[in-house]
Amino acid sequence: MPKSVKTGLFWLLVVAICLYALFPFYYAIITSLRPPADIFTVNYFPGKPTTDNYVGIFKEQNFAVNIFNSLLVSGAVTLISLGLGVTAAYALGRIQFAGRGLLLTTILSVSMFPQVAVLSGMYELVRVMGLYNTPGAMIFSDLLFTLPFTVWVLTTFVKGLPKEIEEAAIVDGATPLIIIRRVFLPLLAPAMVTTGLLAFIGAWNEFLFALTFTIDSNERTVPVAIAFISGATKYDLPWGRIMAASVTVTLPLIVLVLIFQRKIVAGLTAGAVKG
Amino acid sequence: MANVQLRGIRKAYGSFETIHGVDLDIVDRDFVVLVGPSGCGKSTILRLIAGLEDITAGDMFIDGKRVNADPPSKRGIAMVFQSYALYPHMSVRDNISFGLDLAKVPKERIAAKVAEAARQLELTPLLDRLPRQLSGGQRQRVAIGRAIVRDPKVFLFDEPLSNLDAGLRVQTRLELAKLHRDMKATTVYVTHDQVEAMTLADRIVVINAGQIEQIGTPMELYNRPANLFVAGFIGSPRMNFIEAARIGETSCATIGVRPEHINVSAESGRWQGTVIHAEHLGADTNLYLDCGDKGLLTVRLFGEQRYGTGDVLHLSPVEDAVHRFNAEGRAIGR
Ligand SMILES: Nc1ncnc2c1ncn2[C@@H]1O[C@H](COP(=O)(O)OP(=O)(O)OP(=O)(O)O)[C@@H](O)[C@H]1O
Ligand SMILES: [Mg+2]
Repeated sequence: MPKSVKTGLFWLLVVAICLYALFPFYYAIITSLRPPADIFTVNYFPGKPTTDNYVGIFKEQNFAVNIFNSLLVSGAVTLISLGLGVTAAYALGRIQFAGRGLLLTTILSVSMFPQVAVLSGMYELVRVMGLYNTPGAMIFSDLLFTLPFTVWVLTTFVKGLPKEIEEAAIVDGATPLIIIRRVFLPLLAPAMVTTGLLAFIGAWNEFLFALTFTIDSNERTVPVAIAFISGATKYDLPWGRIMAASVTVTLPLIVLVLIFQRKIVAGLTAGAVKG
Repeated sequence: MANVQLRGIRKAYGSFETIHGVDLDIVDRDFVVLVGPSGCGKSTILRLIAGLEDITAGDMFIDGKRVNADPPSKRGIAMVFQSYALYPHMSVRDNISFGLDLAKVPKERIAAKVAEAARQLELTPLLDRLPRQLSGGQRQRVAIGRAIVRDPKVFLFDEPLSNLDAGLRVQTRLELAKLHRDMKATTVYVTHDQVEAMTLADRIVVINAGQIEQIGTPMELYNRPANLFVAGFIGSPRMNFIEAARIGETSCATIGVRPEHINVSAESGRWQGTVIHAEHLGADTNLYLDCGDKGLLTVRLFGEQRYGTGDVLHLSPVEDAVHRFNAEGRAIGR
C-alpha cells in the first residue's frame, strides 16, 4: 500500500474515533442552546443560540442546591475513600497478617455486586441509621463502590514502593502513621489523585442510590435532579433544559481533570519504570 | 559506643528456620564483617541486630541491655541499606535530618549536625538536591550521612558498596575505613566480597547455612582456617584440596594448599601437571593444571610468567603452609 494511502486511512480512523467520542457531547451542547420549539427538528448546527435553558434550570428549579448536594456528597466520598483507602492499603500492602489474601479478595468481590442487589439491604441500613433523605445516605452508600476500588488500587501502589524506604524510616524512629503521612503520602500522591478523581466522578454520576434514598427535591443530587426535570405538561419532555443541566454538571469534572491532568498521567505510568 | 552480644539467636519464618543458634560477641569499637555465600543468612543476622526482624529464640544485648523487644529506633543503631533507601521526595538535607526531626531535636542542633556531616562527607554543595539528581556514589554518601547524624552506638551496613562500580568501590572502601577510625563506632558490615572483608575488618565472621563457621582476624582466617568451608571461602583463587590418600598421606583425610603456596619448576617437584589454562593479570599469573589423579590444581605465581597452555610443570607445596583436615572437615593443628 502506498504511504499516502496509509496516512489517509490513519487520519480517517482518527476522525471517526473523535466523532464517535465527541459527537454526543457536541449534540448535547447545541441542543441546550436551542429554543424549546426547535427541539424536534434534527439540526447539527446551533442556528440562533439562546441561554433560556440555562437560565431556566437555575431560576425555575433549585438546580444550584442540587449541585451543592452533589459537591458535598462527592467531596466527602472522595476524602473518606482516600483516608480509609490509604491506611487500609498500608496494612494490606505491607503488614503480614493471617487472612490478608482472603480479605483482599473479599474487598474486590464486594465491588462486583450490582447495585440493585444491595439496594434493599442498603435501604434498611440507611433508615436504621437515620440517614434517609440526607446527603449522609448517599455518602454512606457511595462508599460501597468507591472504597473497594480505592483500597485495591492503592494497595497495588503501596506494594510497589521499596520496602527498604519504609525500613529506613522505621530505623529513623517513624511510627506507622508518620510513615504514611511523611513518606508514603508524597510518594503515593499521583496514585491518590487518580483514584480520588475516579471516586469523585463515580460519586458525582451515581444515580440509583441517590434516587432511592432521597424524597425531597432539595436533597437530590444532580443526576436525579436531571431525571426529574419536567416540562409544562405531562407529555412535554424538556430536552433543552435536560441538556443544559447535563452540560453544566459535566463542566466541573472537565475542570478537575484538566487541573490534575499532569498528575494523572504520572499516576497511570508510575511504577512502570524504575526511577 | 557499645558492644553487641548475640546468645543462641535463632530465626524462623513460620516453621522454616534460617538462623540456627548464633553466638557472637562484638567488642566495643570493633569493625566486624559478616561474610558468607548468598542466602547464608548474613542480612538476616544484621536485620535481627537492627530490630527489623523479630528474634525467634535467644537473647540480643546492646551495651549490656537486652534489646529483644526494643524497636529499631530505641536500640541506638543506624543502618545503611544496599539500595541506599533514600526518601525520594526529600532533599539531601531533609533525608539526613529526618530522624533527628522525628526525635524532636532542636532546630539549631539539627542544622549544626547536618552541616557537620555534610562537611565530613563532602555533601555541602548538594544539600538542596533530590536523591534522583545525585550519582550513585553521592547517594551512598547521603545514606551514610543519614546514619552518622544519629550518633549511633552501632553502625550496620548491608552490602553498601555492591551497587558501585569497581573504582568507586575501592575509593568508598577507603572512606569507610577512615570514617570508622574517626568515629570509633562499633560496626557490623555485611558483604560477600572477600577483599572488602579482609581490608575493612578487625574481625571476620564466616557464616554458612545460618551458622557461624569461624570468627577471627583476617590473618587468622587466612593462616588457620578452622574447617574446609572457611579454607575454601577465604582466599582467591580458592585453596586447592587434595584427597590425602592419593598422595600417600595417612595423618589426615584432606590436605589443602593455597595457590600462592605452590612452587613451580620445569625440572623436578612432588607432583606433575599439564597447564590447561593460564590467566595473566600482570601482577599475578594464575595457572590451572590437570594433575591426573590429584585433580585440578591452581597455582598463583607472582609477576608476569611465560607459561602457557600445554606446558608440563612440576609442583611442590611449601611444606609449612599445608593445611590438613580430618574426615569431618575440621582442621588438624600443625
Ligand atoms: N521473609 C522471608 N521469608 C522466608 N524466608 C526468608 C525470608 N527472608 C529471608 N529468607 C531466607 O533466609 C535465608 C537467608 O536470607 P538472607 O537474606 O539473610 O541471605 P544473605 O546471606 O543476606 O544472602 P545475599 O548475600 O544473597 O544477600 C535465605 O535462605 C532466604 O531464602
Ligand atoms: Mg543479603
